[in-house]
Amino acid sequence: MKKENSGFGTSPKIVKAFIYLVLALLAVTILVPVAWVFVASIKENSEFYRSPWTIPQGFHYQNFIDAWQTANMGEYMLKSVLVTALALLLLVTIALPASYVLARFKFKSKAIWNTLFMGGLFINVNYIVVPIFLMLNNGDIFLRKAIGKPFFLNNLFILALVYASTALPFTIYLLSGYFKSLARDYEEAAYVDGAGYFYTMVRVIIPMAKPSVVTVILFNFLAFWNEYIISMTLLTKQDLKTLPVGLMNLMAAQKSAVQYGQLYAGLVIVMLPTLILYMCVQKKLTQGMTVGGLKG
Amino acid sequence: MKKKRRSGFIVACTAPAIILFIVFMIIPTIDVFRMSLYKWGGYTAEKTFVGFENFKKLFQNPKFYQSFQNSILLIVIVTLVTFCLSLVFASILSREKIRGQNFFRIVFYIPNILSVVVISAIFSAIYDPNQGLLNSFLSLFRGDKDPILWLGSQKLVIYSVAIAMVWQAVGYYMVMYMASMANVPDSLYESAALEGAGRINQFFSITLPLVWTNIRTTLTFFIISTINMSFLMVKAMTNGGPDGASNVFLSYMYQEAYTNSSYGYGMAIGVTVFIFSFALAGILNAVTRREEIEF
Repeated sequence: MKKENSGFGTSPKIVKAFIYLVLALLAVTILVPVAWVFVASIKENSEFYRSPWTIPQGFHYQNFIDAWQTANMGEYMLKSVLVTALALLLLVTIALPASYVLARFKFKSKAIWNTLFMGGLFINVNYIVVPIFLMLNNGDIFLRKAIGKPFFLNNLFILALVYASTALPFTIYLLSGYFKSLARDYEEAAYVDGAGYFYTMVRVIIPMAKPSVVTVILFNFLAFWNEYIISMTLLTKQDLKTLPVGLMNLMAAQKSAVQYGQLYAGLVIVMLPTLILYMCVQKKLTQGMTVGGLKG
Repeated sequence: MKKKRRSGFIVACTAPAIILFIVFMIIPTIDVFRMSLYKWGGYTAEKTFVGFENFKKLFQNPKFYQSFQNSILLIVIVTLVTFCLSLVFASILSREKIRGQNFFRIVFYIPNILSVVVISAIFSAIYDPNQGLLNSFLSLFRGDKDPILWLGSQKLVIYSVAIAMVWQAVGYYMVMYMASMANVPDSLYESAALEGAGRINQFFSITLPLVWTNIRTTLTFFIISTINMSFLMVKAMTNGGPDGASNVFLSYMYQEAYTNSSYGYGMAIGVTVFIFSFALAGILNAVTRREEIEF
């Protein structure tokens, strides 16, 4: 039998061992820092002045209580859950009908809107976050004069609305890609049965799009949950923050009054939900990524 | 009657999306371009049209060149390193018969689901000069010499950021390349193996040409996402410090437009970066053009 040529001119076993070594090396560089945070989160503050590789002396769960209460992470968690849920709800209810119509109905301005939404894929929020802030700020200045109360800034609903709006182009791109692939027969059959447009959309078409909707929700859950630039800019009040911004505060505070334990407990609080979600749906997530194309 | 109901339905379905899109994306984008021609602090009513004055000031400002240099450095380093690593790991995981293949794929993708703030905090812990993981690991080899200031040194800081960015991005691009490698038919590799082509040979003569289209698309994304990601990373990890040494394009823009309230000037930076990134992507796209290979 012909021996497999390994390309290195060495025996396949050594090559295989080398491959495993390289893989293990990358796995370690990714896992060790993440695992270290978990370990560090149960260390007592004094333990941080020794070598960082020491094993914690006990389970110092006080860190989590401190982070949750003193550092307000519990409060921020609630805000994050609210904003993320609200933004996802808004996004799905607004994007679904729009992508359906943009994909399957013929009307005059259709091409314009499709092109504009496609162009929207290239607009990154980082460029427009300050203009959005100023727009809302101007709105508030106007409202203060008119009704004596600001409304737009420091408003969780507005934040969720901005999240949903900036996610629209990609979501519409992804969903209408799916709707375009459906056969005409579904609607025609429904219309023959006397169903209206709305009924057909809600009862016939949208249920079929469930897998795509799940993908949309997964991606945007991660995006909204982890987002911090918009949240930091639009929520200016001290006690009104989402989790990542709260964590940034904790990082800054840690520099003056050294509270390592609290910081790492806060880190665990922020990343645990995403890690759990990822463990449950990792297959769907990595597949969805390649189905939906790229998101920069 | 039916016609009216139909157009009513179309309007009702698309109007919310279109309105939100216009208000929160189109108008702010137009604002970026328009306001780059004005001198305006952002909070006062006083706006003066200054033409291209902001751009002129911009190109005379050493701070801008500093951020320009950092951004280019990051685009080059992060793109090259991430590209090579993710391509190699993707081809290992999709070509070799590896035990625990799924495990590796899952682990490599983890950084991608973490918030940039979390990653920044993790790397701040790694780079901490006294209690940091990296310095304590290195002290095994170099003894207890002066600790290296990974984030505190003006020279090192940008490379430290680059490492964090590669760490974050490898898994993402790897999964993407794996997906396109899965489409390459096995028969090609089999016949190549029969001809006596080794792994490395197969990689360069089969895998690379066949996933080239996908690679080209990701190159554009590398540029755009490095510009954005470096902003998020720098803002959370160093906030541009020490002394502006780690400022990148967009962190400089944010600093000028939001923190320093020179809004018009900040928007001029935004416009410059926007045009620059598209020009760069276009050039790369043209340079990497090859005849498409069908399989």
